[in-house]
Amino acid sequence: MSFKLYNYVLSGNCYKVRLFAGVLGINYDSIAVDFHPGQEHKSDDLMQLNPAGTLPIMIADDLVLTETSAMLIWMASKFDSDNTWWPATDAAKTAAIVQWLGFSSDLTSTIGEARLHTMLNRDVKIEKALADGIVALRRIEAQLTEQGLRGGAWLVGESPTIADIACFPYVALAPDAGLEHDDYPAIRNWLYAIRSLSGFVTMPGIHEVHELRNEGD
Amino acid sequence: MAGLERAKEDWYPIAIAGSTVDGEQLDTSLLGINITLHGDKDREISVTADGNNLPVQTRYDHVWTTFSENPRPLFDIPEADEAGRVLVPCGVVRVKCSPLRAVENFLDIAHFPFVHTDVLGAEPHTEVEPYDVKIDETIDEVIATKVKFFQPQAAKSAGDGIVTDYVYRVAAPMVSILYKTCPPKPGSQDVITLFVQPLDEETCNVWPWMALYDYENSMADMISFQQMIFVQDRSILENQLPRKLPLDPKMEIPTRADMTSIAYRRWLKRGGAIYGALTEAV
Repeated sequence: MSFKLYNYVLSGNCYKVRLFAGVLGINYDSIAVDFHPGQEHKSDDLMQLNPAGTLPIMIADDLVLTETSAMLIWMASKFDSDNTWWPATDAAKTAAIVQWLGFSSDLTSTIGEARLHTMLNRDVKIEKALADGIVALRRIEAQLTEQGLRGGAWLVGESPTIADIACFPYVALAPDAGLEHDDYPAIRNWLYAIRSLSGFVTMPGIHEVHELRNEGD
Repeated sequence: MAGLERAKEDWYPIAIAGSTVDGEQLDTSLLGINITLHGDKDREISVTADGNNLPVQTRYDHVWTTFSENPRPLFDIPEADEAGRVLVPCGVVRVKCSPLRAVENFLDIAHFPFVHTDVLGAEPHTEVEPYDVKIDETIDEVIATKVKFFQPQAAKSAGDGIVTDYVYRVAAPMVSILYKTCPPKPGSQDVITLFVQPLDEETCNVWPWMALYDYENSMADMISFQQMIFVQDRSILENQLPRKLPLDPKMEIPTRADMTSIAYRRWLKRGGAIYGALTEAV
């Protein structure tokens, strides 16, 4: 196995790793963590592994990774032989990608938090989370619109990168928090493009592109 | 409000037993009324509405309350007390839909291949074979039997695809219980329930609970499996319009596969359990 993932099925952050593994076509060991209702990620065993008490946690070779950006870079560097998902030698692209990796944590702290509230009843400042979530969606919409004017469909450059993988889950899951995609045409096209990627995997709330289902059967 | 008095006669789940700590207060809502649970791990839990104590009981790993001093008895699940079963409270999932729609969706098998693709159903195995449904007047429940469906992964404990046998019980307007083939213990049935807490007519908290024979999978695996299934339904439920469940036959056209749903709607209407329902076409 390539790596071990401490995983929660409803977590958008865990899904980043599951999705990227699917797209890269790599197998891994998944260990289910009872995040809700059991709060197992705050248990002694897992806190010892990850003092931040967050999920996912990845055991990759001798590394214990707890930041999804680090996981995505590690996976791309190790398994993407074409170096397109993380074009390490391209200074402008990697810098732009890291910008979006940073931005993806804003999505977690806004839309992700709002979703925990509306779906799992977590105590969250919901009005602020939703308002900031809308600001984040508008920023992605603006970037994708500009990229579209240049003929591109992705956040950075001409092909999908780990920036798209990192930002996709909580944008796609926004309706779980009551933020619909209707006002964001560029986002809708982008979501469709990602759902059409070879090796795409679903999660609850993120569906398959049905027409493509039996292709290649 | 239509159906509110009838709805006040039932018991509803509001928390997992033992999940609150001493002195903790949990504000929630039931039938549109604000209530507070006063947590106490060791002694009695109390629930109040507007300062008045409500009846409380703990059963099936959940804390239940009612607005009635003379409530309908809480339904019986005899399997809950069978030795050897693993009891799995799965936490709460909030859904913006009528509590009745949450129950009705749980009774439907035709959506399995499309919503729970490659788990509870798969194309091309989409046909629902005829099955039996009755409204049992003596115990006042809806019961569907002889339901059979091909499932690629019927439970966390199932390996390859199997034809799964189902029995459905609607034991109260907002409680649905299903019995299904138990892969590791032939002859026995897994029990999977949805206990629904109506926050108001168009929003509910759903508390899935299971009583399984499964000694291989971890608790986290079993909970994850059930949450995955239920949250796949959630996005569908939140997009159903109207949000309330229509009881007027003019509103929606059922097919043969919807017999359980038809019986459920008829039973609700007959019993006046119309909180969360639309009774006339709009």
